[in-house]
Amino acid sequence: MTERLRLPVSGAPFGASPSFVELLRRERPEAMPPGLTEAGMAALGLAHATTVLGFKFADGIVMAGDRRATAGYTIADAKMRKVFAADDYSAIAIAGAAGQAVELVKLFQLELEHYEKITGDRLSLEGKANRLAQMIRGNFPLALQGLVVVPLFGGYDERQAEGRIFYYDATGGRWEEDDYQTTGSGGQPAKNSLKKRWRPNLSQDEAVRVAVEALIDAAEDDVATGGPDVARRIFPAMMTVTTSGAHDVADPELASAVDAVLVDRGVA
Amino acid sequence: MSFMPYVAPEQLMKDRSDYAHKGIARGRSVIGLEYVDGLLFIAENPSNTLHKISEIYDRIAFAGVGKYSEFEELRIAGIRLADVRGYSYGREDVKARDLANAYSQALSTIFTQQMKPYEVEVLVGEVAGEAEAAGLYHILFDGSVTDVRGSVAIGGHAEELTDSLEQRYDASWDLGAAVKNAAEILGGPDSRTLAADTLESGVIDRTRTQRRKFRRLEESEIAGFLAN
Repeated sequence: MTERLRLPVSGAPFGASPSFVELLRRERPEAMPPGLTEAGMAALGLAHATTVLGFKFADGIVMAGDRRATAGYTIADAKMRKVFAADDYSAIAIAGAAGQAVELVKLFQLELEHYEKITGDRLSLEGKANRLAQMIRGNFPLALQGLVVVPLFGGYDERQAEGRIFYYDATGGRWEEDDYQTTGSGGQPAKNSLKKRWRPNLSQDEAVRVAVEALIDAAEDDVATGGPDVARRIFPAMMTVTTSGAHDVADPELASAVDAVLVDRGVA
Repeated sequence: MSFMPYVAPEQLMKDRSDYAHKGIARGRSVIGLEYVDGLLFIAENPSNTLHKISEIYDRIAFAGVGKYSEFEELRIAGIRLADVRGYSYGREDVKARDLANAYSQALSTIFTQQMKPYEVEVLVGEVAGEAEAAGLYHILFDGSVTDVRGSVAIGGHAEELTDSLEQRYDASWDLGAAVKNAAEILGGPDSRTLAADTLESGVIDRTRTQRRKFRRLEESEIAGFLAN
């Protein structure tokens, strides 16, 4: 789609493709994420990333995820990170086949960086969201075999001066969300929790607390979602994207939000 | 059937070389120099969208002089090489030396095998670890490479500029002193004073906390340095 075009008469190259994915497919096809041919994930013992969520708050958006990856009934990773900065002004959170998803994030980050360097300009948030849809669509043959990747994407739209959230399905379908969205195996309980707790224009502290609470609710109802582990200091991964860019929410802030929720529920 | 008249190889190379030299001499210059926190590239460039200086990778930057379409092509090829290599291996495996070699090979092939040589010179600069010296490579239109120490000027008045750089250059310049001195030197050959809006500048700054150490200097920042 963004393949290099040529002039109709002389055949000379016309315009440089700013896409890293196209470049990689052309120059190093063997380095592209592999196409598996059969068998479901459990049979191969592949890791599965579970619950992530994203919503708007007063200054922008927040994205969060639990830290557990499962392979069947085994916990494949207790400290997996599922929320990443896509570039300075956007974040992506992943659920689904872990290997495939992490690779998708890496490619997507490079896609944005490559575009920025080639053209000297950052993609619009709309452009980033569309590009991600195309990349997920490219993964569709694998999704049919069980390697589904369903991310949430969000960022601060400098042109519209607001935070925006997008979610995707396995075919690359893209929807914009007005308030909050969740995905992954614990997505439903997390969404139920957000339905009660979320309201427009939360402050950052409130937003962190609401996100932590939703993840704790998800962990209580879904075996594949890991709750915060206070003893081992494993807290949810969380990022905010505001006018000042994408930033991690620091552990102490998460720890106090976790404590506050547990105290409220009378379990700590 | 047409016959090409015999031209001695020496003459052929000399003609091409003269041609490329003339093309480069028409354009303006870029200065690359090491300052206390990294590498500074600075150029006289009235356009603030058609860049001569650009980011290639986390710690690598590029500057080109001569024909825009040609060094732009080299710049894009450099970014592609760096990004593919960084993805295939690791980010720390992308080195300025490899890029300099790639540019050298490409320009050498173009110089000897194509009708017309590229009328460009490029600089590839890298700031490696904390205290390590910066690497700065100067690649000519015929593919010859020099490993530069400290400072260099390329383009139109390269020789005069390099001479005055050598007289004034001081490795302990901070960014402000480096920009001010380099701007004065750039205006030197025809004794002009260059204003901030005619200067383009980018640095690889090792003190940046981000992974990508390159940043462009804003016009206001340059103006501030010049006013001191």
